[in-house]
Amino acid sequence: MTLQLDALSVLAPDGTALFAPLSLTVQPGEVASVTGPSGIGKSTLLAAVGGHLEPGFRLCGAVRLGGRDLGGLPAERRGIGMMFQEAVLFPHLSVADNLAFGLAPRHRGRRARRGAVAAALEQAGLAGFGPRDPATLSGGQRARAALMRTLLAEPRAVLLDEPFSGLDPERRDAIRRFAFDTIRAAGIPALLVTHDAEDVRAACGPVLALSRATDPTGGP
Amino acid sequence: MKTLILAALAALGLAPGPAAADDWEATRAAARGQTVYFHAWGGDERTNAFLDWVGERAEAAHGVTLRHVKLGDTAEAVSRVLAEKAAGRDSGGSVDLIWINGPNFQAMKEQGLLMGPFSEDLPNARWLDLSPGSANVADFTVPVEGMESPWRLAKFVFTYDTARIAAPPAGMAGWPDWAAAHPGRITHPDPANFMGATFLKQALAELAPEGTDLSVPPTEESYAAATAPLWAWYDALRPNLWRGGEAFPANQFAQRQLMNDGEIDLGMSFDPASAAAAIRDGLLPETVRVHVPEAGSIGNVSFVAIPYNAAHAEGAKVVANLLLDPQVQAHMQDIDVLGSFSVLDPAKLDPGARAAFAALPADPALPELADLGPVLPEPAPQWMTRLTADWQQRYAQ
Amino acid sequence: MTSAHVLRAVSGAAILAGLGLPVLLGLGHGLAAAFGHFPAIGAHGPGLQPWRDLMAMPGIGRAAALALWTGLAATGLSLVLALGLVAWVQGRDRLRALRLLLAPLLAAPHAAIAIGLAFVLAPSGWIARALAPLAGWDRPPDIATTGDPLGLALILGLVAKELPFLVLVLAGALTQIPVRAHMAAGRSLGYGRAAVWLWLLLPQLWPLIRLPVLVVLAFSVSVVDMALILGPSAPPTLPVMIARLNADPDLQVLLPASAGGVLQLGLLLCAFAALWALARAAGATGRALLRRGARLQGADRALALPVLASAGTALAAVLALAGLLAWSVAFSWRWPDLFPAELTLRHWQATGRWGDTALASGLIALAATGLALVAAVAWLESADRLGRPAADRWLTALIHVPLLLPQLSFLTGLSGLMIRAPLPPLAAVIWGHWLFVFPYLMIALKGPWTALDPRLGRSAAALGAGPWRRLWRVKLPVLLAPLATAAAVGFAVSIAQYLPTLFLGGGRVETLTTEAVALASGSDRRVAAVHAVLQALLPWGVFLAALAVPAVLHRNRRGLGGAA
Repeated sequence: MTLQLDALSVLAPDGTALFAPLSLTVQPGEVASVTGPSGIGKSTLLAAVGGHLEPGFRLCGAVRLGGRDLGGLPAERRGIGMMFQEAVLFPHLSVADNLAFGLAPRHRGRRARRGAVAAALEQAGLAGFGPRDPATLSGGQRARAALMRTLLAEPRAVLLDEPFSGLDPERRDAIRRFAFDTIRAAGIPALLVTHDAEDVRAACGPVLALSRATDPTGGP
Repeated sequence: MKTLILAALAALGLAPGPAAADDWEATRAAARGQTVYFHAWGGDERTNAFLDWVGERAEAAHGVTLRHVKLGDTAEAVSRVLAEKAAGRDSGGSVDLIWINGPNFQAMKEQGLLMGPFSEDLPNARWLDLSPGSANVADFTVPVEGMESPWRLAKFVFTYDTARIAAPPAGMAGWPDWAAAHPGRITHPDPANFMGATFLKQALAELAPEGTDLSVPPTEESYAAATAPLWAWYDALRPNLWRGGEAFPANQFAQRQLMNDGEIDLGMSFDPASAAAAIRDGLLPETVRVHVPEAGSIGNVSFVAIPYNAAHAEGAKVVANLLLDPQVQAHMQDIDVLGSFSVLDPAKLDPGARAAFAALPADPALPELADLGPVLPEPAPQWMTRLTADWQQRYAQ
Repeated sequence: MTSAHVLRAVSGAAILAGLGLPVLLGLGHGLAAAFGHFPAIGAHGPGLQPWRDLMAMPGIGRAAALALWTGLAATGLSLVLALGLVAWVQGRDRLRALRLLLAPLLAAPHAAIAIGLAFVLAPSGWIARALAPLAGWDRPPDIATTGDPLGLALILGLVAKELPFLVLVLAGALTQIPVRAHMAAGRSLGYGRAAVWLWLLLPQLWPLIRLPVLVVLAFSVSVVDMALILGPSAPPTLPVMIARLNADPDLQVLLPASAGGVLQLGLLLCAFAALWALARAAGATGRALLRRGARLQGADRALALPVLASAGTALAAVLALAGLLAWSVAFSWRWPDLFPAELTLRHWQATGRWGDTALASGLIALAATGLALVAAVAWLESADRLGRPAADRWLTALIHVPLLLPQLSFLTGLSGLMIRAPLPPLAAVIWGHWLFVFPYLMIALKGPWTALDPRLGRSAAALGAGPWRRLWRVKLPVLLAPLATAAAVGFAVSIAQYLPTLFLGGGRVETLTTEAVALASGSDRRVAAVHAVLQALLPWGVFLAALAVPAVLHRNRRGLGGAA
């Protein structure tokens, strides 16, 4: 399935466009990178694609996934996974329950669902971490758990909002590799927002630099 | 004319014919399963407990559930019925039975807020002295006329702590000197409260000039003439009262609490047994005794009445009748229960009932019926209204 | 999105109809009756007779002045003491400890504190008994230490209750301003701690605490239960006088009573104006002194005064609660004994005496709190879904209306309306409690709810969870601790309600509070103490549960530990 952004831009509540309209096609298994100066609206771009725009912000252009226009669909029906900078795990659930929360409903039966979660934990090098409190995990472990949770939901695309920037430099490389390998193996398009050149290089996909909108009203 | 009717009614009550008996059976049948909301002043634990006990008997013997709605002031129930009448709720009212007396009874009777006459048709009314002049047929000089049923005798008495203060003087006239000998140790409830007003009435009954008729409502002149000695007396008394006569306990129970706390040495009550009861309950020192002025004291009878729109009038009648049951009355007079003197006429009781009364326990703080002296009748209600207002005007600022 | 709109419409309508409408109707009815229009009792206005009747009542002027004086003095004193206390206690941890220390007083209902305090302060009370051997008193001194003509005992009682509340409010407000930075900056310029508080922090805090201070003032000027127990009696304060008029058998008295309710409202407006003028004057004086550069280093020592006074007040309140406990197990306890001569458990064993009442109190509180919780969550959630601010300005204003109006000013009218349209008493009482439970619960819940990390919801949405699943599985569990705390606040508010039960229950509904207040007027201090102790225990129990349940459920969840 292909993720397509078509002349996409976001209007702030006052009507100004955050960045110049951008178009991009991400193929399955590909990780596209979006870079740009801080404050330009990289995170807002991801929010627009994922359906999480703050009230008042408006989207121009179109987001298509597998050719289907996602405009108007609520976030939970877009099938787009999302990873934040500090992996947001639900603090009241154990690590395994966090993953189970994500696990797609087509897995039925207690045993099957537990098995799927355990396998995902093992794949992420977190075997035996299931009953743990997420607050006791290291940054890298949290990032991997969050990625597995995202993928267990079987999304048709993934958005990554600077997911590696909060990690120790030593661990960053390994986790990045793990993330990109896993996404490629899943065969889904991914959109990465970052200001780290290493991230862009490791992603090996199309690169797009956001730039300020020249005409705030959005042209003729 | 009125006495004639009363006598006739009394005769009817004494000898219920077969028709009346049938009526009563019908009432009992209708009462079964009813819940009677009994609006009664709830400030006394022992009275509340006694009413709970009556409720159990009503449930067991008649299938009537008794709910005691505890009032801070009987006026609350009166205003409730008034409000219902104003709103046109002429049946299914929320008050089934009220413990009522004097001005409240007069107010409800005059405004047609009561159901009846019923009380003299109650089977147990045959144990009552309903002859003219009996305390059971005139409530604060207002003719009862069957609109309320008696249940307990009230007689104004003083209580004092023999360990701390000399006995009150034999007549009210001696009070200013007595108070001067014990400054700050004597007080009375706020006259806005019934007991405080009764204290003023007791003094008025003794101090009013010879020939004053308190049983008729006062005129401007008769009021001024009758109360002039009272106010002179009170002006002499007041400076030596507790708090210099600037503040007063809200009611007799607040006063009893002050007595138990040692702040004052005098109490008053409408229940001659209350001191003995309070001592047993740890609420007064063992050294407290009862005092009645030589000339006697004001007395009256507590009644129950049924509002005109009561939802469960039959149940209410069953409860009113149960309250007059000799066994219930003897239980009530038991000092270990309530200790209130019975309203039944000892001369009319059968030997079994008489024996039950004779077997009741004695207590050093409990006066005999004979010690209580004559009963002074309650003045006409207008006296109390005017006395209270006048006192407020003179001393409340 | 339609479900969000429905949720918002339903919760908004329920709040508006349940809260705004009755207050408005009650107020309107009271106003009409004050000017002689009350068709249900045959009065057709307009006319000024109710006002003439009201003004003719003995002691009315003094009663009004007393209400104004006690209310203003109690609020001012509570505020000064709370500020002094918070200024003295440095650091967040110590502030938390202070709040924890004061929490039991905050949760104890006014009536309970008042009943206990009446015993502690009385001429034959605990303090006098402790002094008796030293002073050589063989009988209690004949001095009015409660029910004193100036209302000092009432003021102390009010301060004991409002001080913990204002400390809580101040602690919350302090987190919103950079205290440490300003303190460091001020002190490096040579200002003393107290001066930094006066010149820098207080002016920033004032706008944040003004509304709660007004709530305290409104409560203090209009309080009935506490004034009945601790206040003067001849004449009493205006609210007590009006409450008594409402119980008069003569329904016509409802007209001057309604006028009294309006007078009460006018009195409160005067109090607000006085506070506003005082705050302005204090601000201007402060700025003038600031311009003169007064360092006020010596003032730090003066902080000891409010701290000592606060400690004294708290001690009196603790003694009050201890006295209640002692009375509840006393058989006989007379002057000059410091402790009961004879103990008994029979007042507790007489469960028939208090069991039903306690149960009724608990059920009413649970029902009112439950309804308030559902309404609050429905409103906040619908706001989230529609992307509106969590509390629209009109809602914030609306929920403060019942707290800023004297209860008497609209309850008199409401009970008048109920003559015509009687509700089942229990339902009316639950609703009357809800009027006050919902605002406090909403105030307690709003902050934590809006502070919830929005990425939690987004993560769940990105995983395919719809809005209801996000609410049930993510938001509510994560917010369990603040939800439990808010519910406990609501429960405590309900337990403490006096007038709504009295006015809307029509004598058919008894709660621990109405019973305790009724019993406090005399009959038996020991039974009154049992009720008052229960009255304090119920909210304490619920607060403990509110702390314990999230702590147990989330015992292995560090991320939810100290966060709430």
